[in-house]
Amino acid sequence: MSDSQWPLWEVFTQGDHGEPFEHAGSVHAADAEGALQNARDVYARRGEAINLWVVPSTAIVASAPGDAGPFFDPGNDKAYRHPQFYKVPKGVKVF
Amino acid sequence: MAPASPAAPRTPAVENPLFEYVVRLGDDRLVLGHRVAEWCGHGPILEEDIALSNIALDLTGQAAALLALAGSIEGKGRDEDALAYFRDEPQFRNALLCELPKGDFGVTIVRQFFFDAYSLLLWDALAACTHEKLAALAAKSRKEDTYHLRHSAEWVRKLGDGTPESHERAQRAVDALWRFTGELFERDAIDDAVVSHGIVVDHAALAAKWRELVEGVLREATLTVPAEPGPRATGGRRGRHTEHLGHMLAEMQIVARSHPGATW
Repeated sequence: MSDSQWPLWEVFTQGDHGEPFEHAGSVHAADAEGALQNARDVYARRGEAINLWVVPSTAIVASAPGDAGPFFDPGNDKAYRHPQFYKVPKGVKVF
Repeated sequence: MAPASPAAPRTPAVENPLFEYVVRLGDDRLVLGHRVAEWCGHGPILEEDIALSNIALDLTGQAAALLALAGSIEGKGRDEDALAYFRDEPQFRNALLCELPKGDFGVTIVRQFFFDAYSLLLWDALAACTHEKLAALAAKSRKEDTYHLRHSAEWVRKLGDGTPESHERAQRAVDALWRFTGELFERDAIDDAVVSHGIVVDHAALAAKWRELVEGVLREATLTVPAEPGPRATGGRRGRHTEHLGHMLAEMQIVARSHPGATW
């Protein structure tokens, strides 16, 4: 199948103005226009998005499972990295 | 010689030309929507399967709105379901192009492209007409059809300018369907009668724009525009259909007719 399969594209959708683009899934397509159309039909046909990005999956650089320890574990045990020791002044509205 | 040269076929006088006119618009989309829906579960790839089903649903939605409008114009208590499911073949007013079998993917795409180009140009004209309800429907539908045309035109380019097999199949579809396109631009007594309701469409201008648009895409797709249109296929607007419509309607209407009034 692999030689008859079109390239894979990652799809990102923006739900509303000012919101971040979020990964929605992926589609197969022969080219960028096809990828955009397929993304629209698969991930935005029920009004889920106001903008779309499609990116060739090969262009995504991902961390490897083996990176998990060195990359992410040190973040957990250094509480001083988290800015949670400050009292919020009364005048500041929490929102 | 343009396949699209408007002529004035003789149409028997009808009681309510506006009803007849809106039914024609609705039937084109109902019948084509059903044909496109036949791809559901059979598309060449998952993404295109979904794309075709989306287009089918858009067309069916347009048909429902148009037939509901037609029913209210008629004023005899028929709603969109009554018109869709409880009329027989001779009462259908769709162009023959819409009822032809879905064929291979090339036929489906080329037919869709021919229709999308026509439909979008027609909605442009109708959105400017003074019949308020129809103008509103036109404005809404033209957004959908703008996408349909983008989709089908892109596929025509890909198939025509693709592999030898996709090129040959696309060209075969163009050659086979070409003589069905003239009917889309025919002008008859119904078109003349609805002018008094604010519905004014310049068929000759529509045909010329369609040709320019279609020929441009066919050239980009390295496809050949047929030199001779051949005998124009016509009759759908007056209820004279190909042998294919009856079979399609049997399938489309059986559930509604077997369980009249059923809800779910």
